[in-house]
Amino acid sequence: MLTVQNLTCARGGVPVLADVSFAVEAGRTLILRGPNGIGKTTLLRTLAGLQPAIGGEVTFPEDEGAYASHADGIKTALTVTENLSFWADVHGAPLPDGIFETFDLADLRDRLGGTLSAGQKRRLGLARLGVIGRKVLFLDEPTVSLDGFSVKLFADWLQNAHLAAGGIAVIATHIDLGLDAPELDLTPFKAADDAGGGSDEAFL
Amino acid sequence: MIALLLRDLRLAIRAGGGFGLGLAFFLIVVVLVPFGVGPETELLSRIAPGILWVASLLAALLSLDRIFALDYEDGSLALLATSPLPLEGAAMVKALAHWITTGLPLTLAAPALGFLLSLAPEAYAYLLVSLMIGTPALSMIGTFGAALTVGLRRGGLLLSLLVLPLYVPTLIFGAEAVRRGAEGLDPTGALMLMAGITAGSFALLPFATAAVLRINLR
Repeated sequence: MLTVQNLTCARGGVPVLADVSFAVEAGRTLILRGPNGIGKTTLLRTLAGLQPAIGGEVTFPEDEGAYASHADGIKTALTVTENLSFWADVHGAPLPDGIFETFDLADLRDRLGGTLSAGQKRRLGLARLGVIGRKVLFLDEPTVSLDGFSVKLFADWLQNAHLAAGGIAVIATHIDLGLDAPELDLTPFKAADDAGGGSDEAFL
Repeated sequence: MIALLLRDLRLAIRAGGGFGLGLAFFLIVVVLVPFGVGPETELLSRIAPGILWVASLLAALLSLDRIFALDYEDGSLALLATSPLPLEGAAMVKALAHWITTGLPLTLAAPALGFLLSLAPEAYAYLLVSLMIGTPALSMIGTFGAALTVGLRRGGLLLSLLVLPLYVPTLIFGAEAVRRGAEGLDPTGALMLMAGITAGSFALLPFATAAVLRINLR
């Protein structure tokens, strides 16, 4: 279970979202909506712990969060298999059977990361989520540069493997993933222009 | 942590990884010195410890900005930060990988280059030992500097300016140990102090590096 209470987060010292509250049950997904620049990425990075919140509380099972963004963290000089096994090793998990098939990477196993197309890289980046075995996923535009077929592959994996096993996903996206999930529009939470608190406390 | 070490070593060896660049640079700098100074064996042999140490310092500097910059650009640094691996551990592993790909080859190649500079025969053992003890400190301090400049475009020059002054103590004691060895004096004191710098930097700097990375990742 993921609960967020009165969360206020800032980008570059300027508060962008204020008093965001929601809860996601195990096995459920929440879709974040909102125009560009509203703070979807900032919210996800704050939830994942990559940047501190100005105020409010985020609770989910410890060491279960994982973040995925536009940058997939793929090493161009490593093969697809090497890229995936690295993340599996870091998380102390074995490579699950069939992970290559799930994300349609079976034919690409021995290809170098640098020779993949943008969509193939994206699929590899998403396959990482299937390898690391984390329960609470914070996904920032997971379907960028994916074709319709791959979007369906990803949605199927999310539904049948991740959520079915009690996982949670918070996804910022502009397209319809075909999931039965509630949507949260972030526009009402936009921080007031004069909202304070965004000081550079790291330097004090 | 071993997975990260193996990945970094593998990346360094693969095409475009820059393995051997530092070594080649070291070789060229040391070979250039006799051309500049002239064929005076006695003078060369006197300045050899200093030349070898300064050259290995510059060679170690050359590959520092790659330590975190590549991981930052492709997003894997953010993914590592949210992985079970503590950033302090990642920082230490990164420094270790940098040492294995730069410091260790430099150390092993140095005696051959000492021959080019007609280093006194008694000094070879101390050259090897002092580089072996001192170069890990160069990698660890450099990793800290790399973390400081990780988000900056073209942070390489700033990195050099930040890191080179921090290299001064290692350089002084390193070159001093070899010089004393060459003159038949006891270099233990200099070696001990240098070992202290290395141990101290490995004990403290991973924490500083991780703190700086967390700020730069925001």
